[in-house]
Amino acid sequence: MSDVEQWKSLLAGKNADEVVTDALVRDVDLPYGAGTMALITLDNGFDHTKPNTFGPLGLLALDEALDGIAGRTDVVAVGVTGKPFIFGVGADLKGAVAVTSHEEAAAIGALGHHVFRRLGELGVPSFAFVNGAAMGGGLEIALHCVYRTVSSGMPAIALPECFLGLVPGWGGTQLLPRLIGPEKAIKLIIENPLSQNRMIKGRDAFELGVADAMFEPADFLEESLRWAAQVLRGEITVRRAPHTDADWTPVIDQARTLVDLKLRGASPAPYRALDLIALARTASRDEGFAAEDEALADLLMGDELRAGLYAFDLVQRRAKRPAGAPDRALARKVTKVGVVGAGLMASQLALLFARRLEVPVVLTDLDQDRLDKGVGYVHAEVGKLLAKGRISGDQANRLKALVTGSLTKDAFADADFVIEAVFEDLKVKQQVFAEVEAVVSETCVLATNTSSLSITEMASGLRHPERVVGFHFFNPVAVLPLLEIVRGSATDDATLATAFSVAKSLKKSSVLVKDAPAFVVNRLLTRFMGEVIAAADEGTPLETADHALDGLGLPMTPFALLQLVGPAVALHVAETMHAAFPDRYGVSANLARLVAAGKPGVYGADFQIDPEVRALFEGGTRPSTGDEVRLRALRALAQEIRLMLDEGVVSAAEDIDLCMILGAGWPFHTGGVTPYLDRTGISEEVTGGRFLAPGVASVPAA
Amino acid sequence: MPASREVVFVDGVRTPFGKSGPKGLYAETRADDLVVRVIRELMRRNPNLPPDRVDEVAIAATTQIGDQGLTIGRSAAVLAGLPKSVPGYAIDRMCAGAMTAVTSVAGGISFGAYDVAIAGGVEHMGRHPMGEGVDPNPRFLSEQLVDGSALVMGMTAENLHDRFPSITKDRADAFAVASQEKVAKAYADGKIQPDLVPTATRKAAEGWGLATVDEAPRPGTTLEGLGALKTPFRAHGRVTAGNASGINDGATGCVVAAEEVARELGLTPRMRLVSYAFAGVDPEVMGVGPIPSTERALRLAGLSIGDIGLFEINEAFAVQVLAFLEHFGIADDDPRVNPYGGAIAFGHPLASSGVRLMTQLAREFSERPDVRYGITTMCVGMGMGGTVIWENLA
Repeated sequence: MSDVEQWKSLLAGKNADEVVTDALVRDVDLPYGAGTMALITLDNGFDHTKPNTFGPLGLLALDEALDGIAGRTDVVAVGVTGKPFIFGVGADLKGAVAVTSHEEAAAIGALGHHVFRRLGELGVPSFAFVNGAAMGGGLEIALHCVYRTVSSGMPAIALPECFLGLVPGWGGTQLLPRLIGPEKAIKLIIENPLSQNRMIKGRDAFELGVADAMFEPADFLEESLRWAAQVLRGEITVRRAPHTDADWTPVIDQARTLVDLKLRGASPAPYRALDLIALARTASRDEGFAAEDEALADLLMGDELRAGLYAFDLVQRRAKRPAGAPDRALARKVTKVGVVGAGLMASQLALLFARRLEVPVVLTDLDQDRLDKGVGYVHAEVGKLLAKGRISGDQANRLKALVTGSLTKDAFADADFVIEAVFEDLKVKQQVFAEVEAVVSETCVLATNTSSLSITEMASGLRHPERVVGFHFFNPVAVLPLLEIVRGSATDDATLATAFSVAKSLKKSSVLVKDAPAFVVNRLLTRFMGEVIAAADEGTPLETADHALDGLGLPMTPFALLQLVGPAVALHVAETMHAAFPDRYGVSANLARLVAAGKPGVYGADFQIDPEVRALFEGGTRPSTGDEVRLRALRALAQEIRLMLDEGVVSAAEDIDLCMILGAGWPFHTGGVTPYLDRTGISEEVTGGRFLAPGVASVPAA
Repeated sequence: MPASREVVFVDGVRTPFGKSGPKGLYAETRADDLVVRVIRELMRRNPNLPPDRVDEVAIAATTQIGDQGLTIGRSAAVLAGLPKSVPGYAIDRMCAGAMTAVTSVAGGISFGAYDVAIAGGVEHMGRHPMGEGVDPNPRFLSEQLVDGSALVMGMTAENLHDRFPSITKDRADAFAVASQEKVAKAYADGKIQPDLVPTATRKAAEGWGLATVDEAPRPGTTLEGLGALKTPFRAHGRVTAGNASGINDGATGCVVAAEEVARELGLTPRMRLVSYAFAGVDPEVMGVGPIPSTERALRLAGLSIGDIGLFEINEAFAVQVLAFLEHFGIADDDPRVNPYGGAIAFGHPLASSGVRLMTQLAREFSERPDVRYGITTMCVGMGMGGTVIWENLA
């Protein structure tokens, strides 16, 4: 059996619903009498909303097309381009999820290499005309070609593999560093994926040297073909910057430091990618591609990648169709928004609502100065957007005119959605809602941005408690994509549907949460932080406690988070949680002293532990090791999540993970939180079972 | 003509013409994309023309709906990436649409309203079959304003044979064979290709392709072959698919400018507009239209037919060219007439053809500096003719 046959049989039926990307071949008479090009169009038969991907059948289709071309003597070149708006977006991830053995995983890598490398090893020059989105394997197809053109209108070029937990292992790690040098290659292969999966545009790709020529989208293919004809006729010589050995070592070392800083070894993929890039300096094609196969197979069979794919799916799918949300047809139209309060949070909300809903937004406050300051903040932020060119002058005028202030709540009379962002005190909030209810219509939604108070209690004194809903943002409001939408005991479906609809217009991902103390993210982070602080209280050195969980590769350490949130807020939440669950949530006396001392956190301005804070925490007699702290915190999380699921705080563990990814920024390789707890055995140990079945966010049994 | 400024033709291009229908080159290509390609090629070929110096984009289409609607001159200008400050409009005189686009902007240039304009036309007869969406007023027939055959172009061609009994089917077929031969020779001599802009053709089931030559020409056409064709418009008639132009898709465009501005910008004027005229005739013999329009244009120019050294006459039907030639006493095979062949071979995407005639005349002029004057002329549905007389600047 040939290799291809072997891979075919290994992968046969693995993904029965593979959407096959076809390789359509047409002869093109090149301009200037340059001869005939066999032009391959990659097209899965759907429009751009279903981009071209590559599973085994797609790879074999391209292989077959190349067989046909390789047998010909009448073509002077081969071209590859995509369907409208899409070149190719990489491997078929569904197929990757189905892989259950190292051998199959290796076959995926090997088959990809076998097919793609032919593009660089034909007897005639090959050209990729990158007309639309090119990611992962799609971009690798282009990299295998001898020459590339790119559309200046193209919005998305990326090698996102490291973001998910893979490496661009169909040639990307070997070809790209040699093409554009290791430094720029590291940017595309490692840095961008680890920076919220940044994409680059066609223009950037051209400037980085990924493409040899760039043409405008209006007649991209025609001009690319002209260019190809001129290259073939020798009228255009493609020049690329040479790279010397000296380029390699320092940038790889530097990148390793960066990756370490970010991940602390938590996810293997970026490290493997770095090793492969380093290898590209000296490896032959065969050696390099074989090393990629090995890396792909190892990663495909690792739980970090499976958790990454699971997280990706949550963010791509579940976040767009929130579990438990009522029929969206029930949502009421929101034509005017009221914001109670004019502080920083209220002003941020006003700006967000005005930008996204493009309806009038009124801020109210009892104090004219605060009001002026709040409206002034929004106008200044709009001015900044204008200065940055993010909005036009007309749009800026529109947004500024939309946001106004009022000293009385009468201004809410015709509002459809009023959100309060006043002091976190139940009585105050009840009072505010009663005042608002006196002026608004019976169906106006009353939303609260409370992070820990009970929605049900807040609504209890109202004539229409059914229109109250929790609408919990995460700070900074404009950046963090999560909204916890909280249903009180009286909240009706129309109110809830309106809240989900508004959330969608705000471009937030929302999760439906039961009215329970601190909802999801704050409940878990407070529990987690509580354990770390308790360990410090007991005498664990602050550094040991703070770095105990570095191995998870979280976006920040617990004490860094404490600094961000502010010790006073953290203390307040801890007290609230302690009142609700005294057995599991403590209130640290040291934290209270930290607040009393007016410290911004345990770290001083120099990012070193503040000696006075260190002194505050002295006196504990039962220090733990880092490992003990880690286990303690993770066990607490497992216990809390189990309880939350049993209480029905959310409908499934998936929602907990979605919240942790989008609201706390927990990384993809942890899958949020439950895949990590499952794969480390902590779920089993603490709760007697896993949160997710094997295979959901981990390698399935063969 | 009472011109305050001289108007010149700077450059013209077109897409290759395709055959309409599901197998044609442009079966799945939008009409506006064809225009965009033409505009961009004109800008590319004339780098001395700053985009913001284009003062108008006049694009003709007969059926102005769908991808030929939305004021196609303006929408194509935006799609082509011209500055938003450049206006545009749509224009219609059926087959003489592009010709009328040129004469209209020329009038504006002469008057001083524009310095430089882009004029052209498009017809995707596959996506927009002739007569799509028309709703003729019943008064046309009830009051016998026109004959019932007036809206069927093939019938008007049969009617023209009636008016010129000496123009037989054999003469029409011979002219058609000659047209095919001339196009084949012009291609072989590389006369056509320089003014074609290669155009992408994508079909969902086949992928991307590239149109580089006209699809319609049938080199090797013989008299015997043509003799066997049916006469669909009249039993035992004379008009066949072989001695008429086909149903086609394509776009054309050109740069027209005030002569002084062209020189100031460093553009190369190739022809100077001498005069133009449109004329009306009985709609049921619309093919006779070029005769009165040419007589009028000659009169306006103070020229006689003997002064004209080159003729680009649209071959909607062989009979209509032959009627013109017979009227002016020119031989059927006069080498001054359509030296590169005509629409019988190239095809005739209605509103686009006028600028094809001009582009070819300009190229012919460049090879014949000895010729001073040439004309472009065509017949128009609903009974009209259009003629533009040009002076050679080569």
